[in-house]
Amino acid sequence: MHAATKQHDFEPKIVAFVCTWCTYAGADLAGTSRMQYPPNVRVLKFPCTGRIDPVFILRAFQKGADGVLVSGCHPGDCHYMAGNFHARRRFAAFRALLDFVGVDLNRLQFSWVSAAEGGKWVDVVTELTERVRTMGPMPEFKELEHEEQWSGAINTPELKEAYDSIG
Amino acid sequence: MSRIGVFVCHCGENISRTVDVEQVAKAAGEIPGVAFSCDYKYMCSDPGQTLLKKAVAEHKLDGVLVAACSPRMHEKTFRKAAEAAGLNPYLCEMANIREHCSWVHEDRDMATAKAKDIVKLMVERVRKGKSLAPITVPVTKRALVIGGGIAGIQAALDIADAGHRVVLVEREPSIGGHMAQLSETFPTLDCSQCIMTPKMVDVANHPNITLFTYSEIEKVDGYIGNFQVTVKHKARSVDESKCTGCGICMTKCPKKKIPNEFDQGHGMRPAIYVPFPQAVPNTPVIDRENCTMFQSGKCGVCAKVCGPGAVDYEQKDTFTVEDVGAIVVATGFKLYTIDRKPEGSPIQGYGEFGYGTIPDIIDGMTFERLASASGPTGGKILRPSDGKEPKQVVFIQCVGSRAREKGISYCSKVCCMYTAKHTMLYHHKVHDGQAYVFFMDARTPGKGYDEFWRRAVEEEEAVYIRGMVSRMYQRGDKIVVMGSDIQVGVQVEIEADLVVLATAVQPQDGADLLAQKLGISYDKYNFYSEAHAKLKPVECATAGIYLAGACQGPKDIPDTVSQASAAAAKVMTLFAKDKLERDPVVAKVNEKYCVGCFACKKVCAYGAIEEKEIRDRQGNLIKKVAYVNPGVCGGCGTCQATCPSKSIELDGYTDEQIMAMIEAL
Ligand SMILES: Cc1cc2nc3c(=O)[nH]c(=O)nc-3n(C[C@H](O)[C@H](O)[C@H](O)COP(=O)(O)OP(=O)(O)OC[C@H]3O[C@@H](n4cnc5c(N)ncnc54)[C@H](O)[C@@H]3O)c2cc1C
Ligand code: SF4
Ligand code: SF4
Repeated sequence: MHAATKQHDFEPKIVAFVCTWCTYAGADLAGTSRMQYPPNVRVLKFPCTGRIDPVFILRAFQKGADGVLVSGCHPGDCHYMAGNFHARRRFAAFRALLDFVGVDLNRLQFSWVSAAEGGKWVDVVTELTERVRTMGPMPEFKELEHEEQWSGAINTPELKEAYDSIG
Repeated sequence: MSRIGVFVCHCGENISRTVDVEQVAKAAGEIPGVAFSCDYKYMCSDPGQTLLKKAVAEHKLDGVLVAACSPRMHEKTFRKAAEAAGLNPYLCEMANIREHCSWVHEDRDMATAKAKDIVKLMVERVRKGKSLAPITVPVTKRALVIGGGIAGIQAALDIADAGHRVVLVEREPSIGGHMAQLSETFPTLDCSQCIMTPKMVDVANHPNITLFTYSEIEKVDGYIGNFQVTVKHKARSVDESKCTGCGICMTKCPKKKIPNEFDQGHGMRPAIYVPFPQAVPNTPVIDRENCTMFQSGKCGVCAKVCGPGAVDYEQKDTFTVEDVGAIVVATGFKLYTIDRKPEGSPIQGYGEFGYGTIPDIIDGMTFERLASASGPTGGKILRPSDGKEPKQVVFIQCVGSRAREKGISYCSKVCCMYTAKHTMLYHHKVHDGQAYVFFMDARTPGKGYDEFWRRAVEEEEAVYIRGMVSRMYQRGDKIVVMGSDIQVGVQVEIEADLVVLATAVQPQDGADLLAQKLGISYDKYNFYSEAHAKLKPVECATAGIYLAGACQGPKDIPDTVSQASAAAAKVMTLFAKDKLERDPVVAKVNEKYCVGCFACKKVCAYGAIEEKEIRDRQGNLIKKVAYVNPGVCGGCGTCQATCPSKSIELDGYTDEQIMAMIEAL
C-alpha cells in the first residue's frame, strides 16, 4: 500500500452523475494521466447533464450516498448545444428545494469538468470526498427509506384509512 | 434479462496490478441473474473476443458486460463481438475499471471494492437494457470547408477532385490566409506566392467548388450526413456577378491612405480594394468604415467609374442555407500581439518590450511582408521608422510561447524555423548586415529542418544567443536590447536598428464562437480539439466535422497540407456510403401518456420534436402529442428530464435503467 494512503474511520459514499462527452472523458483523462484520487466515488454516465432528473439525486441520497456530484460540460460547450443550460436552471431550483427541506448543500456539488480537465476532475472529487468525510454520514434520507410509507407500502393505520376513504 | 455474462479484463497488468480481478469476477458471478463470469488477460484481443462469443453461445447469454477499459476505448469492439455472437449490440455494455479505477487508485482493497461496485451497477444497466435497431440516415454528398487558408484550399481541392461538391467559406475578401502573406518558405525557400496562387486559382475555377468569400457561418443545424448551414454573405458593396475585376475603382478612389491589413499595416490601400493583387476572387470590396460615401454620403466616384455598374452602395448582408454532409474546419491562426494585454484575457502582454510604441520593433509576419517582392518595400528590408536599411537586426524567439507566466505554455512550433529563414533572407538582402537571435532552444524536427537551421548558423552567419531578453528601449535611432547569454553566463546589450519578434501562434479571434455554433470542443487556448490525440487527429468528437491546419494547433505548411488531405480523405470515406448508420440513442414518445404540453419541444436544442395529431376513425382530433424525429434527435435526453408526465424516454438511458443502477448503489 502506498504510504500516503491513510486509513479513515469514515469512508463516505460519493455518487457522481456525469455526462459522457465532457466529465466522463475528463475522468478518463485523469486515468490515462495516472492521477490519484480517493476511491469513494461511483460514476453514473449520462449522455448529457440535461438528462439528469433531480429524482435520481434524491434516490441516490436515499440509497446511501453521503455526497452527490453532478458534472457536465462547461456552459457553451455542451455536446448537445444547450442541455447543460437546462440542467443548470433545473438544478438551481432543485438546490433551493433541498435547502428548504434542510439538506446541507455541502453534500451536493455541481461543477463543469471538460474532457481536457483531468486535473479538475481529481480536484473536484477529492474536495467533495474530504468535505463529506468531515461532515460524517448523511442519515436523513436513509431513515426515510426505512419508513414504509416512503417506499410505497400503505399499512400505517392513518394512511390505510385515507386510502380506504378514496377507495 | 436473466442470463448475463460478465468478463473481467486484466488489461495485461494495467487493471490486475491494483484490482483483484479474480475476486471481481467471483463477486459478479454471485449477482442474481449473472449466468457466467470469468477473468481474462486481454479481453480485446482476438482470443478474448472469441472467449466472449463462445460464452454467449454456450451459456445462452442474453446480455454481456465487459469490465475493462473505458467504453470510449472499446465499446465498439465488444458490441461488434456481441453482435457476431448473435446478440443485439446494445445488450453489451462496458464497466470502466481501468481509467476510473485501477489507474487512479493505489489501495488494492479499496480499488477492488470499487471495481466490484462498478460491475454491480453496470450489471443492472445490462439487465434493464433493450435491443435497439440502428437508425439509417441518408448522406448529403456535399462538403463545407470553413476557412480559405492553405488548409481549407487543400481540403476543398481534394474533395472536389474526388467528384464531390464543396462550399468554401472564407471570412476575408480573398482566400489565401497567412501563406499568401509569406515571402519565401522554409525549408526550401521557395516563393510562397508562386506555389500558393496557382492553388487559389484552381479553387476559383473548379467546377465542383462554390466559393463564398467575405462570408461567415451564421448557424449550424443538423448532424453528420445532414447539416444545414446558414452562411452570412457580408455586403461587399460590389456585385460579384457584374464586376469584371478591372480595378479602375481602386485607382480612382480618393481615399488612398488606409493601412493595408495584408501588409500588416505597412502598405496603403484605398477604401474600395482587394487585399492583394493576386486576390481570389479579384472582386473588390468597400471598407464601409473608411469610405467617404458611407461615412458622409459624398463621393460615389467608384460607382461612376465602374463600367459594368457593379458598385452597389445599397447592398445588404444576405443569407443562404447550404445542405452539406460533412464539414472541414480550417480557420487557422492569428499572431499574438504583445503591446496590449487583451481585455479579460489571462495573457499578460510584454509591455517591457515596447512593441506598438517603438516603430522598429515588428513581428515575424511584418518581416515576411518587408522581405516579400510584392510587399510595401518591394522586397527591400527597410525599417518602418525612417526607411533606412537596418545593419543590425535582433530576432527574439518564443515571444509569448512557452511562457507560462505570460499565459501561454505551448510551443508555437514554426518560430524557430521561420526565424532561421528570416536571418537568411536578411543576409541575402543586406550583405553587410548582422543578424542576432535570442533563443531558448532551437526546435527543428522535420525533414530537412535541422540542416536548414544549421545553414543559417554556419553559412549565413547568424549569431545565436541562448537566453532571453529582459528589456528594450529606444536610444537615439537605435533600440537597445538587453538580455542574457546563459551559455556564456554574461549580460549582453545590442544596439539594434530593427527588432523582429517571433510572437506566439494563437487561434483566430472568435474561434470559440464558431466552435459553439458547430458544437465542437476546444482547449483552454481555443484551439479545436481532435477526437483522439494519436488515433483520430483530424476528426472532431462531433461526428461529421473534421479539422485541418493551424486551428487545431500551431503547424507549418507541410503538416497543414497533410492534415487537410487527411480531413478530405475522411470526408470521402463518409461520402462513399449512401446511407449512414447512427447510434439509436434517441428519444421516443409514449403517445398514450403524452398530454401535449410540449415542454419537451421548448427544451430540445435540435428541433427534433414535432406536434402530431391523433385522430379517431372519423377523423376527429382526439389530442395532440409530441413526436420525435429520430433522424434529428441528438440523444441528449433533456426532454425526458423535463417531461412532467414522464411520457418521453431516451433509448439506452431509460428511467428504469438508471433507477436500477441507483438501487444497486
Ligand atoms: C511569420 C510566419 C512565417 C511562417 N513561415 C512559414 C514557412 O516558411 N514555412 C512553413 O511551412 N510555414 C510557415 N509558417 C506557418 C504557416 O503560416 C501556417 O502553417 C499556415 O498558414 C497554416 O495554414 P491554415 O490554412 O491552417 O491557416 P491560415 O493561413 O491562418 O488560414 C485560415 C483562413 O481561415 C479564415 N478564417 C478564419 N476564421 C474564419 C471564420 N470564422 N470563418 C471563415 N473563415 C475564417 C482566415 O481568414 C484565413 O484565410 C509561418 C508562420 C508565420 C506566423
Ligand atoms: S464611395 Fe468613394 S470613397 Fe468609397 S469606395 Fe467609392 S470612391 Fe472610394
Ligand atoms: S433527446 Fe429529446 S431533447 Fe434531446 S435531442 Fe432528442 S428529442 Fe431533443
